[in-house]
Amino acid sequence: MTKEMNLEERFQNYVDEENKIEPKDWMPEKYRQTLIRQISQHGHSEVVGMLPEANWITRAPSLRRKIALLAKVQDEAGHGLYLYSAAETLGADRQDLVGDLLSGKAKYSSIFNYPTPTWADMGAIGWLVDGAAIANQVMLCRTSYGPYARAMVRICKEESFHQRQGYEITMTLAKGTEAQKKLAQDALNRWWWPSIMMFGPTDDNSPNSAQSMKWKIKRKSNDELRQEFIDKTVPQAEYLGLTIPDPDLKWNEETGHYDFGAINWDEFYNVIKGNGKCNKQRLDARNKAHNEGEWVREAANAYAEKQAQRKKDETHAA
Amino acid sequence: MSTKDNWKIWEVFIRSRNGLNHKHVGSLHAPDAEMAVKNARDVYTRRSEGISIWVVPSDAVTASSPDESEPLFTPADDKVYRHPTFYEIPDEIGHM
Repeated sequence: MTKEMNLEERFQNYVDEENKIEPKDWMPEKYRQTLIRQISQHGHSEVVGMLPEANWITRAPSLRRKIALLAKVQDEAGHGLYLYSAAETLGADRQDLVGDLLSGKAKYSSIFNYPTPTWADMGAIGWLVDGAAIANQVMLCRTSYGPYARAMVRICKEESFHQRQGYEITMTLAKGTEAQKKLAQDALNRWWWPSIMMFGPTDDNSPNSAQSMKWKIKRKSNDELRQEFIDKTVPQAEYLGLTIPDPDLKWNEETGHYDFGAINWDEFYNVIKGNGKCNKQRLDARNKAHNEGEWVREAANAYAEKQAQRKKDETHAA
Repeated sequence: MSTKDNWKIWEVFIRSRNGLNHKHVGSLHAPDAEMAVKNARDVYTRRSEGISIWVVPSDAVTASSPDESEPLFTPADDKVYRHPTFYEIPDEIGHM
């Protein structure tokens, strides 16, 4: 027990000195579990995050928009893979992780349980949802676990393209006809609140945050990140001539930040519980894709086994 | 038939430009080496990050233990005489 205590103290000192923890380093079991949960949820969010946008690939209004959206969705798949790999360095099993997503046991970001009924949603997702994700991920580039931090650096580099293409879509609509402008405003109206909920519960309602901050898994609190995102996004909306759907939103000269209205946390928890508009649809789509890929995985396995066997036979013969 | 898949983990190394070393970039899953290279191309070189890929089964990597890093690496710290600046050469000699 004393030895364990000493190890934990040593670990904390090591983290406090801004060292990165690597896969084979000793770490508290709770640190490992927290990271596996967080990284795999993050990975699931990337994977499920493909669905709301994939919805529009075939209906993109131009080839330019279509190739960009296709590339973005492909990036999300890649990001999911980077993250699953990072989780595996902690001893998690890929099939278990994927299994937990498919069975509904694992969580992913609730934002992806909202529907994308119009093209303007592609703009709003890139601009707001990816914008919020970037705020979180830029912070995670400095997270204490090495493989997670490195995956984040890679992801952040790619993520900036996502946000810019989203903003460009929204801008094109906002500067277009009255009907297009309305479409952009309607998307902003629907995505604004869910986007600022992406940062999670307020600090006083986020029981695990303190430990994560202490271990430097997180470097900024939910509320800090949320404020950062709002401060950055309000001028971007003003530039477009769009109105953020929050009557209480106003610049506070004293704090140097925007004040904003009360967040509807009932909605947040309700979607987490599975009652969002698309929770079922998203899980069904993932399961369908997984099941339909079964024969590919089987074929790849059979081929690999055959090749391995052939190699063995050749060595025996020789 | 294989029910549980036998996709191994592979470590991926990319040579970014001609003349540079292959550098470790991450890992991925694949059933065999050939598929690992194909997957690595999709996962790690979507933006012209490389001109050559190596894949190595993760279980083929033997790593030094972090606990041993002190005895392994600190002895080099006090051997300044292994560096050129340890030796004094007169300015007249020029660059050496």
